[in-house]
Amino acid sequence: MRAAGANLVSFITIGVLVGCGVTLLLERSLSRILLGVILIGNGVNLLIVFGGRSGEAPVVGVSDEAAMSDALPQAMVLTAIVITFGFTAFLLAISYRSWYLSGDDEVPDDIEDREIVRRTAQHEVSAADLTGEPPTADPQQVDAPAPPREEGPG
Amino acid sequence: MLVLLILHLVAAVAAPLLVRRWGPRACYLLALVPAAAFGWALVRTPDVTRGGAVVETYPWIRELGLDLALRMTTLSWLMTLLVGGVGALVLGYSARYFPPDALGNSRFAGVLVAFAGAMLGLVLADDLLLLYVCWELTTVFSYLLIGHSTERRSSRWAAAQALTVTTLGGLAMLVGFLILGHHAGTYRWSELAQRPLPGGAYLVVAVLLILLGALSKSAVLPFTSWLPVAMAAPTPVSAYLHAAAMVKAGVYLLGLLTPVLAVVGPWRPVVLIAGLATMLVGGWAALRQTDLKLLLAYGTVSQLGLLTVVVGVGTADAALAGVAMLLAHALFKAALFLVVGVIDHGAGTRDLRELSGLRRTAPVLTGVAVLAAASMAGLPPLFGFVAKEAVFAAFADQPLVLAVLVVGTVLTVAYSIRFIWGAFADRPGADATDLGRIAPSLLAPPALLAVVGLVAGPAAGALDHLLRPYPELFGAVGKHLALWHGLTPALGLSALALVGGTALFALRGPLAPVLARLRWPVTGQQGYEWTTHRFDRVALNVTSVTQRGSLPQYLGLILIVLAAVPGGAVFLIEPWEQPLELWATPAQPVVLLVVCVAALLAVGATRRLTAMLLVGMTGYGTAMLFVLYGAPDLALTQFLVETMTIAIFVLVLRRLPERFSTRPLRRSRWIRRAIGVIVGTTVAALAVGAAAARQARSISEEFPHLAVEEGHGRNVVNVTLVDIRAWDTLGEMAVLVAAATGVASLIFHRSRTGPRPRRREVAEDDAPAGRAVWLRGGATLHERQRSIVLEVVTRLISHTAVLFSLYLLFSGHNAPGGGFAGGLVASLALTMRYLAGGRYELVEAAPIGAGTVLGAGLLLSVGGGVVSLIADGTVLESTRVDLWLPLIGHFYLVTSLFFDVGVYLVVIGLALDVLRSLGAEVDRHIETAGGSGGGLAGQRGEAR
Repeated sequence: MRAAGANLVSFITIGVLVGCGVTLLLERSLSRILLGVILIGNGVNLLIVFGGRSGEAPVVGVSDEAAMSDALPQAMVLTAIVITFGFTAFLLAISYRSWYLSGDDEVPDDIEDREIVRRTAQHEVSAADLTGEPPTADPQQVDAPAPPREEGPG
Repeated sequence: MLVLLILHLVAAVAAPLLVRRWGPRACYLLALVPAAAFGWALVRTPDVTRGGAVVETYPWIRELGLDLALRMTTLSWLMTLLVGGVGALVLGYSARYFPPDALGNSRFAGVLVAFAGAMLGLVLADDLLLLYVCWELTTVFSYLLIGHSTERRSSRWAAAQALTVTTLGGLAMLVGFLILGHHAGTYRWSELAQRPLPGGAYLVVAVLLILLGALSKSAVLPFTSWLPVAMAAPTPVSAYLHAAAMVKAGVYLLGLLTPVLAVVGPWRPVVLIAGLATMLVGGWAALRQTDLKLLLAYGTVSQLGLLTVVVGVGTADAALAGVAMLLAHALFKAALFLVVGVIDHGAGTRDLRELSGLRRTAPVLTGVAVLAAASMAGLPPLFGFVAKEAVFAAFADQPLVLAVLVVGTVLTVAYSIRFIWGAFADRPGADATDLGRIAPSLLAPPALLAVVGLVAGPAAGALDHLLRPYPELFGAVGKHLALWHGLTPALGLSALALVGGTALFALRGPLAPVLARLRWPVTGQQGYEWTTHRFDRVALNVTSVTQRGSLPQYLGLILIVLAAVPGGAVFLIEPWEQPLELWATPAQPVVLLVVCVAALLAVGATRRLTAMLLVGMTGYGTAMLFVLYGAPDLALTQFLVETMTIAIFVLVLRRLPERFSTRPLRRSRWIRRAIGVIVGTTVAALAVGAAAARQARSISEEFPHLAVEEGHGRNVVNVTLVDIRAWDTLGEMAVLVAAATGVASLIFHRSRTGPRPRRREVAEDDAPAGRAVWLRGGATLHERQRSIVLEVVTRLISHTAVLFSLYLLFSGHNAPGGGFAGGLVASLALTMRYLAGGRYELVEAAPIGAGTVLGAGLLLSVGGGVVSLIADGTVLESTRVDLWLPLIGHFYLVTSLFFDVGVYLVVIGLALDVLRSLGAEVDRHIETAGGSGGGLAGQRGEAR
């Protein structure tokens, strides 16, 4: 009785759910991104479950063992559902914090990355470089003599 | 030998404590450690001079065939004496050099001793890999020592440059060693040297790589630049690392390998060209320096070039001259560095334009310096003269090389005179520099080294006897070390070099413009900076192309790759064969249609609430599909989670703007939709392919059987979660705890664990006396916020819900339910109480902290696993316990129930944290903000 799982309409639904989820995921608003994640999650959960055999509830004694649905993908998806819930809560908290701090829940461009793009355009070299700048202007005269008493009293 | 290495290690660890307790004076004590190495080598002299070796081998990493193989032959004996002897002197010198209260003293002492230990390991290692390990250790310690003055930029720069250059060489050398050892079948040098090495291109590559390591460590061209820069180090460090020890590591390696590898094609040309060029360039640059220490540094570069040539050329006479030169150079150069340290220490400068009259104010120091510099210039009867004679004699049959060596020696003589003149002569019109009283402990180490250089000259015959086993590795040795060989051509060349050098110094006035102009067209420093700069630019360019900073772009790229690679593969393979049927039951397409329409509408929705409800609808639809599929546990969990999700979504949405902000870019919207369509199609195709792809039997066919036999439960899904795949569930619980903590820390500005606000006491008065009021927290809410219907419904069903959740928890092992479903039902009951009664009611309902609940849950699950580990020897193994209770009768418990209770508690803990954060704490924010829009951004906007 594999029919209730793998059939054309269910695969189309998986595709629609994932496609809609991806479209939302590519937005800038965190709430939309979150909704996209949930949609993708639903689609992928269906995909995993439909990968197994469908049938009757996997409870020994209630159903015949031969007619039982596959329990392994169900167990995996069950944890996935709960994890999605935890993830949803976390992203919602981020949305709220973002709104609290900046007035909306949009994901801005990463400032550091933008800075790197700007520097490249202006041919600047990173100042975060470990070495920074050479000791002195003249590479031959490497280190100015230590100022008096810097290295120790007499 | 191992004892010595361990002694160094212990001393290095103990050094910071000792220095903190006794100040820098503790260095005297620490100096005993390298001195012990010196003494040990001295005692073992007879073993080595007869051509034998002291060998110790300890097993280390058997799997790699790596042993702590230590072996002392003549060359390493000499290096041990230098490393130990000079190390002890430098440590003693440091005791007075650094001010007692200076920062970093304790670190310095520890690192210097550790460096001495690493250097000792390097010269004693017989295994090439062990040698490499010690080699890199010296690099790391030298980084710390050069960068001693951490507050000075030049110091940090110098340390980083030395590290970069020598590590580059070290890694190349490692590859060379690996190639060599792989082909020879052993990394033990003493064995490797005995075997016939199969020739081939690999050998040439290995030799070039090893030379790269040796030359970079010894600051030979083209790697010279780091050594002068490293003069930013404190002077004792320069004396030890840059005269006696670390820079000699490269020369030592050449000396070790030359007997075997000198015959390989590129060895001699590379060594000769690089060494000779370095000798000339370094000597020329030394003549230009006004900083005494830099003058010595360039002098060292020049001498290292000379040593590279003499040690690396691979003839018996040159080898003898090489070890003699190695010894002579360590003696005079360390002494000279220490003299500069005394001057710097006393005068506060080491610029020769500012120093004047030191020969009168510091006569003893002058004597020491003259002695050492004379040895450097090759003046008889000092040991430097003996070594230089031997060098000239060894190259008598190679006139071209000899000519360059003589020119290099002329430069050496000239900068030796320049050093003495610069440091000690009178400057017209300048006051005499006063160094004050020079502490004997500062004067003794350089004096000792200089005197040894003086004594060793006449004693050259005895030294010749001691050093002889090394050159004999190359064959018969024709020459001897001696002060007087008679009127030989070498003596003539020595005299020529002395005259030429003196003349060069005398003509310094007229030659000054030439000196200033005639430079290496590209200095090593410029080369280094250019290279690192190019690397920075490439890194910037790559980063700026790949990391534009836009999250949608990153995600889009990842998704396109997903569609292109696995998706492309699916469409190429076309794994689907039999035609798929359209649908199974008539109910299925109806549910699916609802899900699809809801998902499509959610994409276009502009109001947050609408979008959220539509997405929720897809969730309920998914749950319906699980029912049709035959997965009651999944359906139950999905229904509950969907409800919980909607509740917390609403909690946050009450604060966010009603509509999504509109995005003006139409084009990007179409791009997003196109990616969505492509990825959706790909995933659907993947799903079809995956469903048809099964070939092996599923392991889950055993699960029903296993569940009853091993897990003692009939609900296969639940037994899978708490027993068969309990590790997965444990990991998931950890994720939930992390998510809960994350939510709380994002919302709470203050500690979450502080006293929770209890119901306001005024509310107590509203309660009619004598009758317990339930849902008392509701009294704290404003009248307009209360909902009678909600309160009544909550009163009716919330206890029932909690009972039901317990039922699901306990029955879940045999019927649909379990910890997840039970926990979610209990969470919904809590949510209801919060919604009906407000944040004070939440505390009434759950008067313990969310963290406590989470922790208890995790503890219960992990604890159950530990108990079963102790009892059965297997983690998370279930046992059935049969019990009997009055009324209930006979029943049994499965130990995995405790695990499920843990799951139950973790889910409740997560819900509590979410309600406390996104519910109660956000309530508080709203109350604090009053009527304003709220949020920091809103407050800022109003302030403007």
